[in-house]
Formats: sequence, C-alpha cells, structure tokens
Amino acid sequence: MTTIAGERMPRHGVRIIAIWLVLTAIAVPLIVLVLGPHLPPPRMSAEAGSQRDANTLMTALLVPIALLVVVYFVYSFVFFRQSGEAILDGPPIKGHAGAQLLWIVLTSAIVLALAVWGSYTLIAGAHGAGGGQGPDPASKPTGYRNALPVQVIGQQWEWTFRYPTYGGIETRDLAIPDHTLVAFHVTSLDVTHSFWAYELGVKADAVPGVDNIAYVKARHTGLFQIRCAELCGLWHGHMSKKGRVLASGAFQSWIAAAKTKNAAIVKYLPKYNRVYFPAPLRRAG
Amino acid sequence: MSATPIAPHRPVWRRLIGFNMLTGLALGIGGWFLGAWIGGQMAVGHDYLLGTDQNDVGLYMGYLFGVIGWLVGLGFANYPIGRLLGRPPTLRHHETGSWTRYFRLCTDHKVVGIQYLFGVGIFFFIGGLNAMLMRTELLRPVEQAWPAGQYLTLLSLHGTMMIMMTSAFILGPFGNYFVPIMIGARRMAFPRIEALTFWLVPAAGLILMSAIAFGGIATGWTGYAPLADEGRAGMDAYVMSFILIAISLTLVGLNLLATILTMRAPGMSWTRLPIFVWSVLATSILQVLAAPVLVAAMAMVLMDRAANTSFFLASAGGSQYLYENLFWFFGHPEVYILALPGFGIVLEMLPVFARKPLWGYRLAVAGMLGVTLLSFMVWQHHLFVSGMNGSLRPFYMLTTELISIPTGFIFLNAIGTLWRARIRFTVPMLFALAFFFNFLIGGLSGVFLSDVPSDVTTHGSYFVMAHFHYTIVGGLVFAFFGAVYYWLPKMLGITLNETLGKIHFWLFFVFFNLTFFPLFAAGFLDMPRRVSTYAPSLQGLNDFVSASAYVIGISMLIFVANLIWSLVFVREPAAENPWASRGLEWQVPTPVPVANFDRIPVITSGPYEYGVPNAPPVADLAPSALPAAGS
Repeated sequence: MTTIAGERMPRHGVRIIAIWLVLTAIAVPLIVLVLGPHLPPPRMSAEAGSQRDANTLMTALLVPIALLVVVYFVYSFVFFRQSGEAILDGPPIKGHAGAQLLWIVLTSAIVLALAVWGSYTLIAGAHGAGGGQGPDPASKPTGYRNALPVQVIGQQWEWTFRYPTYGGIETRDLAIPDHTLVAFHVTSLDVTHSFWAYELGVKADAVPGVDNIAYVKARHTGLFQIRCAELCGLWHGHMSKKGRVLASGAFQSWIAAAKTKNAAIVKYLPKYNRVYFPAPLRRAG
Repeated sequence: MSATPIAPHRPVWRRLIGFNMLTGLALGIGGWFLGAWIGGQMAVGHDYLLGTDQNDVGLYMGYLFGVIGWLVGLGFANYPIGRLLGRPPTLRHHETGSWTRYFRLCTDHKVVGIQYLFGVGIFFFIGGLNAMLMRTELLRPVEQAWPAGQYLTLLSLHGTMMIMMTSAFILGPFGNYFVPIMIGARRMAFPRIEALTFWLVPAAGLILMSAIAFGGIATGWTGYAPLADEGRAGMDAYVMSFILIAISLTLVGLNLLATILTMRAPGMSWTRLPIFVWSVLATSILQVLAAPVLVAAMAMVLMDRAANTSFFLASAGGSQYLYENLFWFFGHPEVYILALPGFGIVLEMLPVFARKPLWGYRLAVAGMLGVTLLSFMVWQHHLFVSGMNGSLRPFYMLTTELISIPTGFIFLNAIGTLWRARIRFTVPMLFALAFFFNFLIGGLSGVFLSDVPSDVTTHGSYFVMAHFHYTIVGGLVFAFFGAVYYWLPKMLGITLNETLGKIHFWLFFVFFNLTFFPLFAAGFLDMPRRVSTYAPSLQGLNDFVSASAYVIGISMLIFVANLIWSLVFVREPAAENPWASRGLEWQVPTPVPVANFDRIPVITSGPYEYGVPNAPPVADLAPSALPAAGS
C-alpha cells in the first residue's frame, strides 16, 4: 500500500529545503534592511537601540523557522493528500531517532543562544535595557552614581515628576537632558501603574511602596510619548502625555523656570522621599 | 436504554418538581437573600465599610449561601444525608431517565460531558458578545459607545468568561465524556464529584455576571491588587466566582488523575494510552497543583476587602508583589491548562486524517510532561519590569525560552505524521491544521516577550494581547471546534453539515488572522492593552480589526445555525465510526450505552496503527474472561 515497487520516489525533503532556502534568502535581507528600521522602539536612547536590535534579530531568526514549518505544511497539503470515497492508509512510519535527535539539538541550540544573548544584553550590554530594575538594580551602567535622578509618581490618573537634585520640585511635565544618564525612580501613590516612555525604551511598573529604578541615556533631543502600561482603573488610557529631551542648556533654563514657578508651593509638598505612603485607600465607588 | 418505568407516565410539570436546576435556582436566590441579610447584620458598625454604599460582608455571605442553596436544590446533599440515615450507596438512579437528566445532578460521565459542552458554549458566546461590544467602542479613538467604566466591565467579563469559564474547562466536555471510554472504563473515579465540578460552573458564571449589577469589574481578568482592593462591589463577584472555578478545576484534575491512573482497562499500557488522554493527565497535574494557589490569592483579596486585612496594601505593610506572584504562580500553569488539551486534541486527530501512525508518540508524551514541569518555573516573566529582583530575570528568561523546546516537539510530531501521509481534508482536520499555523505564530511571538530587552517595549501592550489570542483562540479554540466537529457524531449521534462547517472554518481562520495579526503592529506602535481610547493615528488599523472581528462573530453564528439545523431539524444519524478511526471511543455503539461497554474490554493494540500490516483491532470488546492479574 505504501509505494509500488519500481516507482520513482520524488525527493520531497530536497524540494522542501530548496523552497525554504529560497524564501529565507529573500525574507532575511528584507527583514534586516527594510522592516528592521521600522521595528520599535525608535532609537532615541541606547536602551531603546538595544531593544530594536533584539526585535530585529529575533524577527530575522524566527521568520525562517516559521517559513520552514509553513513551507513543509503547504507542501504536504499539495503532495500528501487523498480524496475520494475509499480511505487509503499511508506508510506506517512511527518515528525516526535521528530526526528527533537533530530537532532536539537544533531547537535547544537556538533557545540557549537566545537566552545567553538576551542575558548578555540585559546585564552587560544595555544595563537593564530600560526596564524597571527595582530598588536595588542588579545591572548598573558606568557612572550610575552621577546619574540625574528623576522621580516618576503615578497616581489615578496622572503622572507627576520630582527632581530631588533641584530642590525636590514637582512638575506635571517631564523633561530630561540629552547625553546624560538619567535614573528614573518610579513609584505610585495608590494602585499599580506602569511608566512607559515609548521612544526612550523605558518601562517600569509604578508600585506603591516601591522605588523602581530604570536607567536611560537619551541620544538626541525631541519629544517622546508617555503612557501607562498597567490597568489602573477608569482612566487608564488617559494617562498619556508628551515628555521632552532637551539640550543641556535648554534643560537648565527649563528647570530654573520650573523652580521659580514652584517656589510658592514647594513648601506644601511632602518632603522628597523614595516612596510615599498616603492615607489608606478608600473605595473609588 | 431502559428509562425508569414511571417516567413515561409522568406529565411534564411533574418532572419539574424535585431536585433539579429550577429548585437549585430557587434555593440559590433564596440563599442569597438570607446570606446577604446575615452578612449585613454581621457587618453592622464595621469600620471599613462606613461611608461606602456596598456591604462586602453581606455580598460574600449572600454568594456563599446562594451557592449552598443551589447545590442543595440540585440534590448534592441527598447522598451524604441518605448515607447518614443508613440508605445503601447507589448511582443508578442518577444515570438513567429522560431528557431531564441533563438539567439535574447526573453521575453519568457522558451526561456531564454534554452538560459541560453546552454550559461552556453559552459562556463562550457571552464572552464573544463582549468582544464584539468592545470592538464597537474601539471603532473610534475617543470614548463613544460605552462609558469608560462599562468598557472596563465588558473587558473584564470578556477575559474572565473566555479564560476562566470557557477555556479552563476545555477538559469538561471532552475529558469527562471521552477519557473513561478511551481508557476502557465504565465511569469516572468519583462520579458525584464529577457532577459537582460541572454544577459549580453555572453558579460561578451567574455570580460573575451579577457583577454588572454591583458596579462592574475594573481590573481585567488578572484582578491585580490593590486595584482589586479599591474596586466596587462587583469585585466581590469576581473573587467569589474565581474561588468556585478554582475549586472546580482542582476537583476536575483530581478526578481525571485518579481515573487515568487507576481505571485503565487490561492491556491499556502507558504506551498505548491515546495521546489525548496523556494531555488530559498532564493538564490534570497542572490543575491540581496550580488552582489551589488561586483560591489562596482570592481568599486574601476577600479578607482585604471584607475584613480590613492588608495583604496587598503597601500603606499598611502589605505588598502587591504578593498578589502578582500568587496570581501568576497559578496563572502561568493556567496558560498551559489551556494549551495542553489543544495539543492532545490535534495530535489525536492528525493520525486519523493523515492515515498514518502518530509519528514520535514518546516524544509527544515527553513534550507534554516537559511543558507540565517547566510551566511552574516561568511565572515571573510576567513581572520583568515590575521591579522584581533583577538577578532573577536571566533565569526566568531561560526557563521561558526552554519551554519552547518541549512545545516544539508537538510540531515535530505533526511534521512527522504528515510525511508521505494520505491527508483527508475533513472539517476537524482543517481545524487541527489551522491550530499549527496559529500556534506557530503565537509561540514565536512569545519568544519576543520572553526576551527581557524586547519585553520592555511589548509588555502591557497590544503585542501581548495579540500573542495570547493567537495561542488561546488560534490554538485552544481552534482545537476545541475541531474536537466538536470530530466527536459530536459520537456525543449527540448526529452529523453536522459539512458545507456549513467548511464555511465556518474558512471565515473563522481567515478573519481570525486578519483580526489579530494587525494587533501585533498596534502593540509595536505603543498602544497599551485595556484602553478604550487610543492614538488617533491608529484608527484605521483598529477599524480594520473591528470589521474583521465582526466576521468572526458571523462565523460563530453560522456554527450555531449549523448546530441547530443539524441537531433539531435534519437529525441525520451519524455512523458509528464516520472517520474510520481506530480510537476505542469509536468502537462503541452510538448512542453510547450508560455502562459504555458490555464487558470491560481488553486492549490489544495501540490506537494509531494505521497502515500497519495485519494490525490487530484496538481492543477485544467481548473478552471471554478477564486475563490473569499482572498481564
């Protein structure tokens, strides 16, 4: 029932690999050269750059894997099908130790390489890659002691920002200087929020009672989008605003103006602290 | 099948009286009011509740008494009370009878399976309707169709209905119905517990939907504290229904585990066990170990809300990390509670329609058990940017990526099984093959999320949402519908219309991909999850997604029309083995007799010996005598 003796077997495996190689040879350069520059996030900081590199590399690696499976399936649909009333059985092949071993070795190698490379980026390459690292970051960039601290406070449903090295003033706008290492200290006054500065490649959960630190160094001036990335109640989608990366001089004059503007109210603010414990939660309803 | 002798003479109204769903509903509602009153008396002067418009203690007591009333009304108290009064144990009177047995406590695993099928189906359609209403809101970037609070309630009900009420109970219809038949048993190990697991589900569903009357749910299906602590009274419904679901899941797991371990027919060795039963075994292990943790987490939320504790309130010494860790310690195995039965279903169907043995059977088993083990070691990847201990992140990145190795085995099984096969493109096979395409995209997109640098951007965005819809809808729900088309001829004894089935499949498959693939882009373009307003530049993309989602809704209506048309109007009787399958479940008559087998069968061969020359039949259904012990 399997094959009639003497019938020439088409070399299915060779054909499948050939189709796959052609498609991969077309797809990978397209991904790296055409799609890659459009993958997120924009390279506004070194951390965002490492994320885009990660996205580009993984797309270039995973699309060929997807292509292999899809090419195989579509090929099998075309060549390994039957129709009609009579149901014929295929060849009783139950397995192939070599193929199984090869598959295990290949997938394990890809997975381990990805994990090693991801860990390297996280620890030594991009120092947390813009993610919130908690109160005691495991991976600190060089010069982290001189980083400009900016506290990000989430509350329902607004972001505010405090600059402890500039008298602890609190602003509704976020501005940071370019080419300067910034340490965002993200915390919350009520429920869990998540501070997401898209173009900077920063995301750190704002957790009540926790000082969640994320490092970033902006590469150039411009606007970036701030959003909340953790459901925090009714107006979660409205916790968005634009932040600014300013040139060093412009930042100094901006903060001086903000200090003047804040002078009248700064004494009413709670003393700058890593975390705040406002009065216990009351029901929103 | 012999019905009880008095049944034909009883008028319909007489059958409505007794221990059944109506009595359960009446006692449940009565119990709710009694409990709410008692709770209200208990909470008089309760400090935390002063100044709020709802009384959490009253609600919790109401739900508790309501559930007790529901179960008593269904007759769950009769057996223990009868035993106390000295009556002999019996199951028979729960297993025979007319159509009314579908609406009351019935210990026949086949009845429970069909109860699950329709019960879970109803919640699936409510959840789907919620999705349609959400996509209507998202047609425009500003708030338009629903106020923000109602949108969040829709979103939370969609998530809880789909994940907890529907997907988590995928073992309900097919596990309960087919596992005993597939392993050559006459019933489940604990038939009353089996019935209990089902009847907790409608109770949980009704409680969940009662949240609409109490201010809704604002937390999504994850119910993160402290947002859950401050939520309105609808959160109490969420907590209570999750506790019931988790209890039910634990019991389902225990029951199936005991059944598979102890009740296999002679000759049903571990290497002859159908792959679907292996996936049920792996899922049961997950359910038994993971679901109790959810009960613990929910109990803490309950105490925080009703008894003024502060497990999750940082201002009073608690920590929300406690909630996130407990929830995801349940929640990530839960993801595989949804995925593994899908693996089992599609691998069960592939050999039947490829007409070849399952390629690499042992590898598939190893893959499923590997996923089971690893799924308990990955949960903190949900917390990569939460401020968790940073030194642990490479570990969780590694374990998360490792889990793709055993998952990949399932793909190799499919590749091997299709090699030089003779594929028949029946409706169930189309769903099984689509499963692999969708799960491929879902799985590979998960690699982005497992990589911390990439996750910093994609975490909490629509990318995550698209990823888990590809795995759960594209994976599990496609497997579910494949299983419906595959097994319904045995379960209901009718054949579904094939043309309507193919229209359902192609609309669902094409528009599922058109709906969710663009959402990867939405996530990449900084659209957060769970928002009712978004950047105006994304309106075109969202409108396209909404239009595609409506077509998915239409495809589901075609399925319902097919089901009603085939079940009520045409009623074309199904052949006993329409797919020419070797599975033991196809060797029994349709409808399946109450006892499944006249005699306990002796398994003589594996279930996937297609094309093997002179392969013996899968089982000897009329053994002259049971073989000696030890064989």
